[in-house]
Amino acid sequence: MTWARREITGWGRVLRAEAELARPEKRRAALALAAEAPCPALGQRRSYGDACLAERALLTDRLDRVLEVDLDAGTLTSEAGVRLGDLAQYLAPRGWLPPVMPGTGFATVGGAIAMDVHGKNHHLKGAFSAHVTRLVLATPHGPVEVMPEDPLFALTAGGLGQTGPILEATMRLAPVRGDVMMVTERRMTGLEPFCDALDASDAPYVVGWIDATATGDTLGRGILEEGEVGKGLVPPAKRGRKIPFDAPRAALSAPVVRTFNAAYLRRVPERGRTVVRPIADYFFPLDKLFEWNRLYGKHGFHQFQCVVPVEARPALRDMLERIGKAALASPLAVLKRLGPGAGHPMSFPMAGYTLAVDLPNRPGAERLLATLNAATAEAGGRVYLAKDSSLTAAEAHAMYPGRAAWAEAVNARDPEHAFETALVKRLKLREAA
Amino acid sequence: MDDGTETWLILGASSAMARALARAVAARGARLLLAGRDQDDLAALAADCGFRGAASAEAVVFDARDAGTFGPLIERMKALGGVPHAAVFTGSMPPQPEIDATPELIEGTIADSFTGPARVLTMLAPLIEAAGAGTIVGVGSVAGDRGRVGNYVYGSAKAGFATYLSGLRNRLTRSGGHVVTVKPGFVDTAMTWGLPGMFLVAPPEAVAASILTAVEKGKNVIYTPFFWRYIMLIIRSVPEPIFKKLSI
Repeated sequence: MTWARREITGWGRVLRAEAELARPEKRRAALALAAEAPCPALGQRRSYGDACLAERALLTDRLDRVLEVDLDAGTLTSEAGVRLGDLAQYLAPRGWLPPVMPGTGFATVGGAIAMDVHGKNHHLKGAFSAHVTRLVLATPHGPVEVMPEDPLFALTAGGLGQTGPILEATMRLAPVRGDVMMVTERRMTGLEPFCDALDASDAPYVVGWIDATATGDTLGRGILEEGEVGKGLVPPAKRGRKIPFDAPRAALSAPVVRTFNAAYLRRVPERGRTVVRPIADYFFPLDKLFEWNRLYGKHGFHQFQCVVPVEARPALRDMLERIGKAALASPLAVLKRLGPGAGHPMSFPMAGYTLAVDLPNRPGAERLLATLNAATAEAGGRVYLAKDSSLTAAEAHAMYPGRAAWAEAVNARDPEHAFETALVKRLKLREAA
Repeated sequence: MDDGTETWLILGASSAMARALARAVAARGARLLLAGRDQDDLAALAADCGFRGAASAEAVVFDARDAGTFGPLIERMKALGGVPHAAVFTGSMPPQPEIDATPELIEGTIADSFTGPARVLTMLAPLIEAAGAGTIVGVGSVAGDRGRVGNYVYGSAKAGFATYLSGLRNRLTRSGGHVVTVKPGFVDTAMTWGLPGMFLVAPPEAVAASILTAVEKGKNVIYTPFFWRYIMLIIRSVPEPIFKKLSI
């Protein structure tokens, strides 16, 4: 196996690493690598911080084949490097979708399991791993099949790749009747009504866009989007575009973002509206802008995403107040309701409200992140490790109470710590209690 | 079964470029015969092609150094029917120093890169003539354009293959068939991954797309990416007294 030396970054482009990378094209080559030079697997590197950074790694880019699909039963087996957006594109016309889709279609099956990603349907369907019925890990001793009832499954789901590279997985698909998304958009005037509406919604897919620049009376205003798959005329697809260069700082300066957000809010009439969107546009709104992370300029950005328990609305208000005052927020901010967690020790979702905000990497961003992290911990919530670039080890350990037992089990399987990523090292996630 | 469906025989189907082409023709609803040595890998590719829309996709054994594997390919192509197409991606390039130390390696290199696939194509040609349609895509290499110290055995095999393809084109054009000679530059495959000195490396999907465009437009010889035509024009026009002293 040949190694290529490359600089890799998280999607936020703040954290970087010089890495030795192998890119097997065949399952056999991946297994040989797992035996000779065990290292963590990386997919499309859409994690924002350093969850997708390592000094040495196996890229799953070319392990990207669909191995078996049963369109009657609604099951699909694929290699780990298959991208969920590609699956959606082929499956939707045939009446199915991947069971859970995160905000980008570039996320891979392997990454979706390792981060136990959630989507706009978490309140009803849970996270990605809940729909995985079987997975195969590459170990030094060959492939190991893991079923949901095996203890190894819970270590792997949300397990940040620490049980070794995922080679393939079988998932249950979600049946869909239709080929477009019918999206009902409603203006939300403030945080309390927003949270109430999120609690009350029983739509299959629910997400809220929140104006993170708003403070005072308007704090927490935004747009609630409730979606369901329907039949309709597919609006003509627009061509994808690429961000050709790093944007200058002014592009996302505070006055520009405030003006944009106010206009974005007014786009939806006061009485609300229902629009029809192509499925991919609804689930992966930013994917059409290839490399949209360059909008944040060469210094990159952080994404803060936390979940706080339902009773912690005041903490949410406090966080939004701080974000608004810091005048650092970008237009990309999301508020969503999560259903109960799956009980996997390192899996992020738990019942509550999840807030995600992009913060350009400017002076003050790190201080703001530190306050938000602390506020999350205090509210009994947790930060999403797929997004994180700023937690302390102590905070991470407190937020994931099952971590120490998980670390012990994972360390027993990988005593050399060969699968550690930069995130795992930074947050000392595999340190004994 | 002559329903106008394209039936593609892909030799050396587990290479990255072949995988990209197989997927592209699968999306058009073609029937696929994926030929090579690694049957496990080809079975995975066949499943993937089926998912992407192939009318059918199956893995078959092909070893350029084992003439016994050639006949069954042609029989299977006949049984599948449709408009016969073929694409050749086979080739092997042992490091030149290894060849210098073990001259026996030359025969295998030439079988993989030229004579093995040429025998299969010669057996396939009558099917195209009988159908009065069909295209053969022969993937050579810019290495065949001029012998260089680094890989002249592989280069000469590909030069021989290019000349064979030119003759086959001359033959098949009389009956409505066609041959496209493809000369890729650096392509992002397992062969080039991590090698020093690579530049302007093309993704295999881009190469596959340019191959299919060439098939549709009836091009004869393409370089892919296109600029390699000019790079090779320059390399070919260096006078031999100077070229022999260069190491490029």
